[in-house]
Amino acid sequence: MIKLPGTNLLIEKKLSPAPTAFFIVPAISILLALLVGAFFLALSGHNYFEIYTAMFSGAFGSSYGFTETIVKTIPLTITSLGIALAFRMQLWNIGGEGQIYMGAFAATWAALFFPIGDGWWTMPFMIMLGMLAGGMWALIIAIPRAIWGVNEIITTLMLNYVAILWVNYLVYGPWKDPQGYNFPLTAIFPPGAILPTIGDSRIHAGLFLGLLITVLMYIVIQHTRWGYEIKVSGESSSAARYAGISNKKNIILVMFFSGAICGLAGMSEVAGIAHRLQPGVSIGYGYTAIIIAWLARLNPFAIILVSFLFGGMQVGGYIVQTSGIPASMVTMLQGMLLFFVLGGELLTYYKINKAPASPTRQ
Amino acid sequence: MSQEIFIAILATAITAGTPILYAALGEVLAERSGILNLGVEGMMLVGAVSGFICALKTANPWYGLMMAMLAGGLLALVHAFLTVTLRANQVVSGLALTMFGTGLSGYLGQSYVGVPLPVPFKTVPIPVLSDIPVIGPVFFNHDPVIYLSYLLVPALWFCIFRTRAGLHLRAVGENPAAADSMGINVFQTRYLYVIIGGMLAGIGGAYLSLHYVPSWMENMTAGRGWIAVALVIFATWNPVNALWGSYLFGGIDALGFRLQTLNVTVSPYFLKMLPYIFTVLVLILVTKRNLAGRIGSPQALGLPYDREER
Repeated sequence: MIKLPGTNLLIEKKLSPAPTAFFIVPAISILLALLVGAFFLALSGHNYFEIYTAMFSGAFGSSYGFTETIVKTIPLTITSLGIALAFRMQLWNIGGEGQIYMGAFAATWAALFFPIGDGWWTMPFMIMLGMLAGGMWALIIAIPRAIWGVNEIITTLMLNYVAILWVNYLVYGPWKDPQGYNFPLTAIFPPGAILPTIGDSRIHAGLFLGLLITVLMYIVIQHTRWGYEIKVSGESSSAARYAGISNKKNIILVMFFSGAICGLAGMSEVAGIAHRLQPGVSIGYGYTAIIIAWLARLNPFAIILVSFLFGGMQVGGYIVQTSGIPASMVTMLQGMLLFFVLGGELLTYYKINKAPASPTRQ
Repeated sequence: MSQEIFIAILATAITAGTPILYAALGEVLAERSGILNLGVEGMMLVGAVSGFICALKTANPWYGLMMAMLAGGLLALVHAFLTVTLRANQVVSGLALTMFGTGLSGYLGQSYVGVPLPVPFKTVPIPVLSDIPVIGPVFFNHDPVIYLSYLLVPALWFCIFRTRAGLHLRAVGENPAAADSMGINVFQTRYLYVIIGGMLAGIGGAYLSLHYVPSWMENMTAGRGWIAVALVIFATWNPVNALWGSYLFGGIDALGFRLQTLNVTVSPYFLKMLPYIFTVLVLILVTKRNLAGRIGSPQALGLPYDREER
């Protein structure tokens, strides 16, 4: 029970959270974030109503916008699933961004530089290498985290910068396409290394990879012994120890798969969208995924829904850039959204009452 | 390496380390009170952009610095409200703060990208001291913000370890329930130091846009806020160690920069990786050492305090 400063309101813990709160709190949070966003827009002299309408209709209103939203939903979903797996064990993998870049790097290597020719085997090989690279990149952090408890938040984040610089080095240096008019791009992938698309849209088969991972994740978390172990370890590492669950082994495994799934997102971006490696493979998907995973409460199916919403936010953000709104506004909205969701937790697990007339304690 | 280059690298190490130092000192205070603030990167960015815009409009870098303090403090206040009053998850709130700060700074600074600052902080050699060989040009040929940090480090050390207020701060971070029963206001203390921490992070960011660069670029902190958070662990929550740590990181940064101008054949991309790789290595080594010894983080770091549950 705490007293809100400056008021006579008391916050008390509820015995069990209201199930409806899990939907109402995110919905109110989105509204409040948009409201504060409107305040900033109005402050800089923009018509916030017009901008929000343009964002919404741009993202969901036309068939072009709608398919683009799905195109953005794919990497967001896959990355969020990867991040959520680690979060389940209270492992803060903030390195999704770097793992995406490493996945894209390894997939590109498989597609362009591995001497086995091009055929049906190219795509599975790219998937395997992309996931392996993302997983290994996370493993660099997972091992010291498991053995000595080295803070994984900072180390995973540091490796993001390293991975991005590494990809930049390749595309500006040794992997630059000689026929590319000096642009920082690799050569285009051979046909076997390009994910098929639905119709003539840009929606690619990465969509099915994402759905597959979602279902797999659901089964692993809900119906396997390992999923149960992760859940127990996440809730209390000492309880897990008493139950004979190896924390070290699970930290390493969970981080590896978390990174591998993020690596898959990178692979599907180069094989499905760009068809080559270039700077900016990910535009902050690894960071956005953190919010999505949190908002979706780590539920794999909710992750798809929230990713779709955030995909729309990004597409809408691009659309309004023509009217002078910087892309950073979407980042700002996302940060605010997370603030409100955090504040809203209070309404999920606590109730607010008026303090009694004569305070029982001071 | 000739002596001039060596001195130049050391002097640049201090300039490059100063933004990290300010941010790290702020984080030392916040973490000492038991609140982990991962929003340092965001607070630095907002400090950098608001300080820059203010200095540009008022033609006075000092006003810019004050504006940056105000902005950093306000953002920290949001974190304090969420984590202290509402007892929200400190990790997620800090990440939200960094994201919000990154977005906000990009939004505010949109029309200022690449604009040069006509009134940056100027180098003011300290008379007599700056004439000492080696030490003079390395330490005493800088701008006032650096001299201010020379004073701030021992002052903070003294406050934390030798005063009553510092004792209270440490008590709140180690054992808030005990501190509470001693009559220390845990909530007020945490608010205070989180906000001061944000103000210092704001100065760190503004130092980049008001002296080190001096102009505004999107994401110009480039992970320095995160390096500052890592540095606090390296410094074992001690301002004096934070000073050496910051200069060490500044030195790595400066070395990469210098090697580029010396026609070293290593790709600049690898040189730019140095501070990040170094941070990871240092963190691993320091955590290993701290595990072996008894130097640990404040006991209550990251844990919300609830009077009911004590």
